[in-house]
Amino acid sequence: MSEPLLRIEGLSKRFGGFVALDSVDLEVQPGERLGLIGPNGSGKSTLVNCICGTLQNEVGSVRFQGKALDGMSAHERTHIGLARSFQLPRPFASMTLMDNVRIPLIYTVQARAGAQRTLAGLDVRCRELLAMVGLDGKARQWPRDLTQVEMRKLELARAVAAEPKLLIADESMAGLSHSEIDDILALLLRLNEQQGITVILIEHIMSAVMSFSQRLAVLVSGRKIADGEPADVVNDPEVVRAYLGQ
Amino acid sequence: MRSWTFFLIAAAVGAVVFFGAHLVVQNDYVYFAGYTVLQFVVLATAWNILGGYCGYVNFGSAAFFALGAYSTVALHKLAPMPIPVLILIGGIVSGVVGLGMGYLTLRLRGAFFAIATLALAVVLQTLIVNWDYVGGSRGAYVIRPATMQILGFTINYITYLFLVMLTLAVLAITAARAIERSRLGFGFATIRDDELAAEASGVPTLRLKLIATTLSGGLMGMAGAPFPYYIGFLEPSSAFGLAYAVNSIAMPMIGGTTMWAGPLIGALLLGTLQQIATVTISSAVNLLIVGLLLVVFVIIAPKGIVGLVQDRRRARQKP
Repeated sequence: MSEPLLRIEGLSKRFGGFVALDSVDLEVQPGERLGLIGPNGSGKSTLVNCICGTLQNEVGSVRFQGKALDGMSAHERTHIGLARSFQLPRPFASMTLMDNVRIPLIYTVQARAGAQRTLAGLDVRCRELLAMVGLDGKARQWPRDLTQVEMRKLELARAVAAEPKLLIADESMAGLSHSEIDDILALLLRLNEQQGITVILIEHIMSAVMSFSQRLAVLVSGRKIADGEPADVVNDPEVVRAYLGQ
Repeated sequence: MRSWTFFLIAAAVGAVVFFGAHLVVQNDYVYFAGYTVLQFVVLATAWNILGGYCGYVNFGSAAFFALGAYSTVALHKLAPMPIPVLILIGGIVSGVVGLGMGYLTLRLRGAFFAIATLALAVVLQTLIVNWDYVGGSRGAYVIRPATMQILGFTINYITYLFLVMLTLAVLAITAARAIERSRLGFGFATIRDDELAAEASGVPTLRLKLIATTLSGGLMGMAGAPFPYYIGFLEPSSAFGLAYAVNSIAMPMIGGTTMWAGPLIGALLLGTLQQIATVTISSAVNLLIVGLLLVVFVIIAPKGIVGLVQDRRRARQKP
């Protein structure tokens, strides 16, 4: 098997006496689509925050492309190819949609390449990114003018603008209608299949997770209790017990 | 490029008009009052780099201003130097303290950051009060020369100080405008909007915050450096005065915090009003004017004058 893109070993995180993550091991292969599920409070968002550098883990390690991420800040992790969308959309409210996607371009892509793109070149790329998520018609509008699904799409466009190798979509479909969920799913699939971006999808909507994921991992009370083929995992007695009770 | 040319021409015309006012009025008080107004333009612009662009409210403006002023007092006693050199040194001293403040308060935001900056002002004032070399609580006299020679012309020293502050104001506004339209300005705006999302987009927020605290502190110190020569007698209560902290916050808030023009408009409006009130009523009503205007603007234009104009423009553009 090839070197995993992301390797998490024995990751633990506590908040005072509360154990949010308890010795979590997880590997993600390049190009893979991994679904990560678990009841509320199971530690999914804490895991994302530890991977992305928003939180620092106390025990264990996170390696990305073989490189240890310990002590690395969130923006440095973005620079090496980790991107995320947020559970609640966090747009830059004072900026137009164009400028929202411009930020990762100037602070990540240009910093990575060590070159300055021309202003016109940046504008073209911003428009491409907005067109990819169907927001090119609203390029000069502000986030406050967007609907919920458009906000989610802007989040994804901004994450993809950083040209990541791994994208973590944290509940990108929460609160959306069926057709909107299909829209986001199709977008994530395109990113994975056409641009080769590895995707970790964190979601509660099981139909979306099952249709998207090649592999499924389950977190319960900060522990990983299952990891494997989606069909096998959802029938795992421990997973059923965690979701439905005894 | 065209907008820069326009800006520089407008700045030059503004400076000439401001200076030309004296020729019409033929009154030295124009320079005294103008100096104070311009000093607030620099202070408000400096405050806005951290408070407006990055969203970090600094209640310690007076401390940075006083640091610049006391650097001048210390150097005046040690080895008198030309005002531009004193401004440079005052800027460096305050900039370094700004950097230190940034390091100490990296993890603080909102009210906690604001309180920390207020604490810094209290600590610095206590140090100055107990530092005899710069006069301690008694204060220090800095006798300014009556006249100054520039390019063969002999001018009143107050006129010279006014010109120095005018240059500083133009420099501060030019710097703020350049920042606003640069990569740095974009980064500052992301910090103001959402620091977590900024980091996730690759913005090195901690580094940018340090740059902002250093620049902001440095400019405030530069505004304070010529102050001992202007006032003649410097004491801690005047250098660390409440008016500096309140005005440097209120002026950008009233003018608008998201654009370089906001602090300029706010400082010109409020500063001029205060000067008029000082000569017609009493200087005691200055803070009352600030308070009343702040209340009015919070109600009718929370984004300040610039924000109000921008919102109206956007509303007109919408189909």
